[in-house]
Amino acid sequence: MSALELRGISKSFRGLKAVTGASFEVAPGAIHGLIGPNGAGKTTIFNMVAGVYAPDEGEILFDGKPVHGLRPDQICAAGIGRTFQIVKPFAGLSVLDNVVVGALLREKRVTAAKVHAAQILERLGLAPKRDLPASSLTLPDRKRLEVARALATRPRLLLLDEVMAGLRPTECDQMVAVFRELNRAEGLTILLIEHVMRAVMALAQRIVVLNYGKIIARGTPEEVVRDPAVLECYLGEEAEV
Amino acid sequence: MIGRLTEGVPRRALVLLAALFLLLLVFPAFAGGYLLAVGFLILYFAFVGQAWNIMMGFAGQLSLGHSLYVGLGAYAAAALYVHFGVSPWIGLGASIGISMLAGAAIGFLAFRFGVAGVYFAILTIAFAEFARIGFDHFRWVQGSSGFFLPVANYTTNDLWNLRGSPTMFYYLMLALTAGAFVLCHALLRSRLGYYWLAIRESPEAAEALGVNLFRYKMAAVVISSAMTALAGVMFAFYYNNLFPEQIFHISRSIELILGPIIGGIGTLVGPIVGAFLLTGLAEGLREVMLRLGIDVPGVKQVFYGICLLLVVMFLPDGVWPPIAKKLGLRR
Amino acid sequence: MPVEIYLNVAAGGLLTGLVYGLMALGLSVIFGVVRVVNFAHGEMMTLAMYLALLLFTTLGLDPLVALVPIAAALLVFGYLLQIGLINPFINRPEHSQFMLLVAVALILVNAQLIVFGPDAQGIRTRYSFDSFQLGPLIVDAAKVYAAAAALVVAAALFAFFRYTLLGKAIRACADNYHGALVVGLNVKHLYALTFGLGAACVGAAGAMLMAVIDVTPSIGPAYTLLAFVIVITGGLGSMPGALLGGVLIGLTEALGGVLFTPSAKSMFAFALLVLVLLFRPQGILGRKAA
Repeated sequence: MSALELRGISKSFRGLKAVTGASFEVAPGAIHGLIGPNGAGKTTIFNMVAGVYAPDEGEILFDGKPVHGLRPDQICAAGIGRTFQIVKPFAGLSVLDNVVVGALLREKRVTAAKVHAAQILERLGLAPKRDLPASSLTLPDRKRLEVARALATRPRLLLLDEVMAGLRPTECDQMVAVFRELNRAEGLTILLIEHVMRAVMALAQRIVVLNYGKIIARGTPEEVVRDPAVLECYLGEEAEV
Repeated sequence: MIGRLTEGVPRRALVLLAALFLLLLVFPAFAGGYLLAVGFLILYFAFVGQAWNIMMGFAGQLSLGHSLYVGLGAYAAAALYVHFGVSPWIGLGASIGISMLAGAAIGFLAFRFGVAGVYFAILTIAFAEFARIGFDHFRWVQGSSGFFLPVANYTTNDLWNLRGSPTMFYYLMLALTAGAFVLCHALLRSRLGYYWLAIRESPEAAEALGVNLFRYKMAAVVISSAMTALAGVMFAFYYNNLFPEQIFHISRSIELILGPIIGGIGTLVGPIVGAFLLTGLAEGLREVMLRLGIDVPGVKQVFYGICLLLVVMFLPDGVWPPIAKKLGLRR
Repeated sequence: MPVEIYLNVAAGGLLTGLVYGLMALGLSVIFGVVRVVNFAHGEMMTLAMYLALLLFTTLGLDPLVALVPIAAALLVFGYLLQIGLINPFINRPEHSQFMLLVAVALILVNAQLIVFGPDAQGIRTRYSFDSFQLGPLIVDAAKVYAAAAALVVAAALFAFFRYTLLGKAIRACADNYHGALVVGLNVKHLYALTFGLGAACVGAAGAMLMAVIDVTPSIGPAYTLLAFVIVITGGLGSMPGALLGGVLIGLTEALGGVLFTPSAKSMFAFALLVLVLLFRPQGILGRKAA
């Protein structure tokens, strides 16, 4: 049984078809990439999986159970975590407290949540900054905080929305290493939207390519980069940061 | 439990708090009638400011109609006392219940239908105005003619019926304010507090982390309205007369938010500092003007308005955060 | 009650509603373009009313004539308010700006209280007690003149926004702040001008209203609320919506006052507001936020 399955998902915004008839499956423990030019509908798909909007048509199944139409907080409780394309830290709170908010989903007491949060910060290399206000962090650290927060909710599926954007190559490699480790050690299933090809090629085991709201190709990274349909839609597009 | 509450609080802060509390305890011993009344007023605004702060400062919902809860709480307890002789300690159960219902209704309407930000503020104003006009016609509590509580002699303090000297009311208000302070502190450290702050900072991110926005926003509204109802009970039994035009009026709503805004929204101490500053300065101003022979209504409000303007323009986080930094209580 | 009474009351409400509509138009313009919630709107109107009172008692100027200098004065006031107080803080969170205007409202209302006192004051013009008769309808002449003036001012405003270059520039700012900056529009100046125009509407409305009712400082906040009710009901950002909302509220108030008790008439306005906020937040003629 797949971890995540989309069946015939469609969404329109005031007459504009953002996504049409998208279907794909993500196997448990897999790292799946979702790529495509800007405006292709990738974040719309994410938002539908994360519960921000309900699909107009189609179903979304998580571990075989339907989750389309649920609220974002219900989706998180079901085991799907997400990060945002434009990071949304709780600016007035400390780094630790940011993660505690996430941890409180699974821990009854604040003290236990703090312990769990501290462990996650260690894992992502943010421990030295735990008491700093989140607003004082640099962009790469904010991205890491965003991931840490989502991880604190103990997701079985993690949705990463352009998490590498704005990071330098070395920072990007560090993030890739973190995700690889999480995937290997805990079998965390990951679905990531990415423009930074360096990260996609390094991480993704399978890729789905979206253009104008429709899936135009799918397969392993090697297969996809050679697919003529994919090359055509990227022609003239900057595919690497 | 006291250990858990004080853990993590800098010692300096605890010492200062203790000193302040002691000062407030002995204050009536050397304060005359006028100063005692001012003291009561300061504590009243400190208390009700903390209650409002829970909704705005913690959960980020701007309520400009909080006088609704003061009024409902006041009328409920007063009516039960005057018509049925029910002690306000029991009557306050009705006060809290009714205010909580009103708060829940407003919260439900607002949050279910996505009324937020400034629209939410306007909705709260509308409800308070509705109550003001409605109570004007409410015959059971004498409507616009005013509802009066029988004023007994003040030689003895009847705590059970809240009939007594200003000193008794002062200590009651002090207990309420201190209690609210401890409660807010505990709340901030609890799951409720964390989720509220998250909702205030970024509702979208909070939702994505599993926070049920509706449930926690409702909790803030209901707790805030319940606390404010208590202020209403004190108001009724201290002043002994209730007029819908006054108690539900929008200027009451604005008055009670001045303290937290000037002191510092979202901080624990802000509303208290704000109440002290504002009421203290305002009464001082009044004294000066009386000495000068000027007795014009409206000067105090203009003063409040100017203070609010200056704070919003130049000290948007309130007066307390920079002071706290200077005192070494914050990073 | 005979039908004529209802008709007369309704007609009176409709006419007063047009003046309300002009007041709300000012608020709509301010919010629609500058995105500032002018919580001092009603207080600015009472300011205009007091100015009309002053001009009448000292110079004998009819309020419907005085509306021109009063509108001009309020235009300047609004412009300065925006430039001095609001523009510098335009990037603050929404409730910060709101609080600024709450402070201004507080100061205005109480300054008026200090200067003019709490008692109601009114104007008696030579037509104060005249009325027109149209078949079964008897309407106050003052209301007719005021309503006519309101329509003229509103039409002038519409024309300004539609046909003049300045008006188009302002609409551009409203549609796209950064786009306007990029093409070289002095957005800060245009914002201030817009606030001034909104204030001028309120000024004109105040002068007209002075011909019809008495003024006390406490009606300021009541009119602020009314303006919001009208604008939200009619549709934020829609100019015809503001006028439509004004007429609706004028009618509701008048009829509600005669069907139930007069003092409860604003309850209907509030009930309408709550309903609109819940079920059609963009108002009757408003567009849904993009």
